[in-house]
Amino acid sequence: MSEPLLKVDSVTKNFGGFTALSNVTTEVGVGERFGLIGPNGSGKTTLINCISGMLTNDGGNIIFDGQNLNGMKAHKRTAAGITRTFQIPRPFHSMTVMDNLKIPIEFLGIAGASQKAIEDEAMSILETMGMADKANGETTGLTQIELRKLELARAIAAKPKLLISDEAMAGLTGNEVDEVLEILINFNEQGMTIIMIEHIMRAVMQFSHRIICLDAGELIAEGTPDVIVKDKGVERAYLGV
Amino acid sequence: MRESATVLEPSPLTPELEKRGVVVFLELLINALVAGLLLGGFFAALSIGLSICFGLLDTVNIAHPTLIVAAAFCTFILNSTFGIDPILAGIIITPIFFGLGWLIYSAYYQFFEKTSAEALRGLAFFFGLLFITEVVLIMVFGVDHRLVEARYIGESISAVIGGLEFSVPYRLLTAFVVASAMTLGLHLYFERTFFGRAARAVHQDMMALSLMGVDPVYIKRMAFAIGLSTCGLAGALMIIIIPVEPAVGRLFIGNVFAIVVLGGLGSISGTLVAAFILGIAVSIVSTFFGPSWAPAVSFGILLGVLAFKPTGLFGVGDTR
Amino acid sequence: MRYKFEIGCILVLLAAYLFTYLEVNRFLYVAGFPILQFVMIATAWNILGGYGGYINFGTAGFLGVGSYTAVALIQWLGAGIVEQVIIAGVVAGFLGLSIGYFTLRLKGVYFAIATLALAIVLETFVNNWDFVGGAAGISFLPPRKPELLGYVFIDSKGGALFGNTKEYLFFIMAVLAVFSVWIARSIEKGKLGRGLNSIKDNEEAAECMGVPTLRLKLFATTISGSLMGMAGAVFPSFLTFIDPLTAFNLEFAVNSLAMPMIGGTFTWIGPVVGAVLLGTVQQWAIVTFSSELNLLILGVLLIFFVTVAPHGIVGWFMKKNK
Repeated sequence: MSEPLLKVDSVTKNFGGFTALSNVTTEVGVGERFGLIGPNGSGKTTLINCISGMLTNDGGNIIFDGQNLNGMKAHKRTAAGITRTFQIPRPFHSMTVMDNLKIPIEFLGIAGASQKAIEDEAMSILETMGMADKANGETTGLTQIELRKLELARAIAAKPKLLISDEAMAGLTGNEVDEVLEILINFNEQGMTIIMIEHIMRAVMQFSHRIICLDAGELIAEGTPDVIVKDKGVERAYLGV
Repeated sequence: MRESATVLEPSPLTPELEKRGVVVFLELLINALVAGLLLGGFFAALSIGLSICFGLLDTVNIAHPTLIVAAAFCTFILNSTFGIDPILAGIIITPIFFGLGWLIYSAYYQFFEKTSAEALRGLAFFFGLLFITEVVLIMVFGVDHRLVEARYIGESISAVIGGLEFSVPYRLLTAFVVASAMTLGLHLYFERTFFGRAARAVHQDMMALSLMGVDPVYIKRMAFAIGLSTCGLAGALMIIIIPVEPAVGRLFIGNVFAIVVLGGLGSISGTLVAAFILGIAVSIVSTFFGPSWAPAVSFGILLGVLAFKPTGLFGVGDTR
Repeated sequence: MRYKFEIGCILVLLAAYLFTYLEVNRFLYVAGFPILQFVMIATAWNILGGYGGYINFGTAGFLGVGSYTAVALIQWLGAGIVEQVIIAGVVAGFLGLSIGYFTLRLKGVYFAIATLALAIVLETFVNNWDFVGGAAGISFLPPRKPELLGYVFIDSKGGALFGNTKEYLFFIMAVLAVFSVWIARSIEKGKLGRGLNSIKDNEEAAECMGVPTLRLKLFATTISGSLMGMAGAVFPSFLTFIDPLTAFNLEFAVNSLAMPMIGGTFTWIGPVVGAVLLGTVQQWAIVTFSSELNLLILGVLLIFFVTVAPHGIVGWFMKKNK
């Protein structure tokens, strides 16, 4: 593997006396589809909060694209190429679907300053997601799957090198899961590196090149999907035996 | 206090005067510390209800100090009309404030939490409540200062220990004892009972509570009502300590929020410690710089805590 | 039409000038001045509160700082009204920036609490400051006759633009009010306004989408505070008297928050509608009923709109075409 896109180097995070992450070290390569699994409360979301800059890690380094992210604000990390979605979709509810996408495009200066160019860029992303007909609708009228897709579309509008998808499929039907998987694989094939956090095992196994498993803030397994499936530690963590 | 402060100014420095200066300084300091500790007890009574509402429930009831003033006026009526002891009056009106809290939280839940409206609209709601309460008090009672009468108001105990003179007003002592008892009671209630644990869990994990078969809304409404019921005694203590007029609640806004934030959101014992710290700080500043600078203390502490340690001294809460 | 708004602004200013020129009933100035002041305060509040969703309870503090900056400038330098307004704007803007710097990293409630406490502390400070009159207040003569390049603006014989100082100050207030509405509208229609809106909707999501949230909030707090300070600067000259009770009155905080909430916070028209409507009603109610009853009505209206009509009056009319 050439120089990795993201290096997580002994990252530690405490909340008061509680250790949410302890010495987590891993790497994500350029163009990789990377799965992040673990039971509830294992520290998955804490880890991506540290990577995206919502939280500050207490120890260790996070290096992205050769640049140490420690102390960098979240919006700067987005500009550097890391974008995330949220477990529970967080649309800008006072805006239309289109305006939601225009926020990252405008603030990251992706399509220049002209409103026309910004709108075209937003529209093209909505089209690839199959949401063009919703562009001028309010976000309050969206269904669950549409909200999930909007959350992804807005993140993709930020033109990330690394997209972190936090449980983008929770609560969706089987067909809808396939639809979202297809979208993600499509963008990955265009060169976007993707970290997927997921509870739906079928999806994460099918999607990932490589998977890590966290349990109680520690990295307990790392490998290809078929290695992870057979891992005794992973089984223990999930079944609690 | 002002007079004694002038003694400190170094005029001709004979050894004798210097020695006397040191004694006066020590006397002032120790008296300020004692008064501050007692004042801290009173502050705790003002803040404890807010600490429950803000720290445990995330409802920022900025009308809390003004509702305490309303309670002080209720105490005034009971005292001046029926001659009831102010502390007893405070206990009598407690259920009224419990009921009021129940109503206020029901409205708050209905309009803001249930619809997950912006949290800040809820804040505007409480601000409106503050304002309405104040205006109604002005309309009913006018802007005059009101006092209550009781045997322990106006008297002091004095003592001379080791050549230093102490003086403690009974009213401060009374307030201290009542406030401490109240805080301790609430602390035990929230630590030891099932309800208390549930109320603390409501802050952490609504889902878990629902799974346990507890209705989180009921717990929250109950806890808010308990928080507001503290206004009864707090109001009685307020009118025992200072003359009360409708707008006096504003003066305490800085104090109570400084205490709640310094104590750490959701920590009742932290609130008590913070109240003592603020009481002593206010007392020392009043003694050595003049009482007119006291409000700057709470504000300074509030800003300092927010800037450097927003989780407070004992807090585990989330301030972002 | 392209410059509809700009033409509207000019028309309003012309109307304000005519108002002073026609020598209408004196009471109308005295009543009209606070309404213009409320338009300005409500508009300034809404830049942070309505667009960004951060509630400022310290309007009275910013306004009072503006007023007392003006008083201090009169006392020190005998400064004219224009200098007073500009410097008051700078001082109040700096105050907004510094309080924002300390509290805007945290949840919005902390900012709100800090601003509320701020107003009280500033009042305490002024109470202790004898140079500007202390708690008793201070009265002074109308400011010296303003002139520019030898041209005197005010002449009671009718040889100049304005017949007296009150007319002049009324017109200045009108200019400031229009100016702040123009600023608010420019912010709303621009990138800054869109960024603030995203913060209001979901701050973490906004930050993750590349919006520099802290910087935008600080900018909005500074502008908003600065405009409030300017609105306060004209106050002492107009009243020819000021005391801490007037300058730091909590009523300003309630009004500045209630007017946009009642008018509608999501667009610049809301605060203007709220201020004109409530301002007019209040001027009438103070004369007709007691001022306490008037305030009670204000508080009740605020709670009514916050709970059941969160989009305000303008929201009722805009619903259809949305």
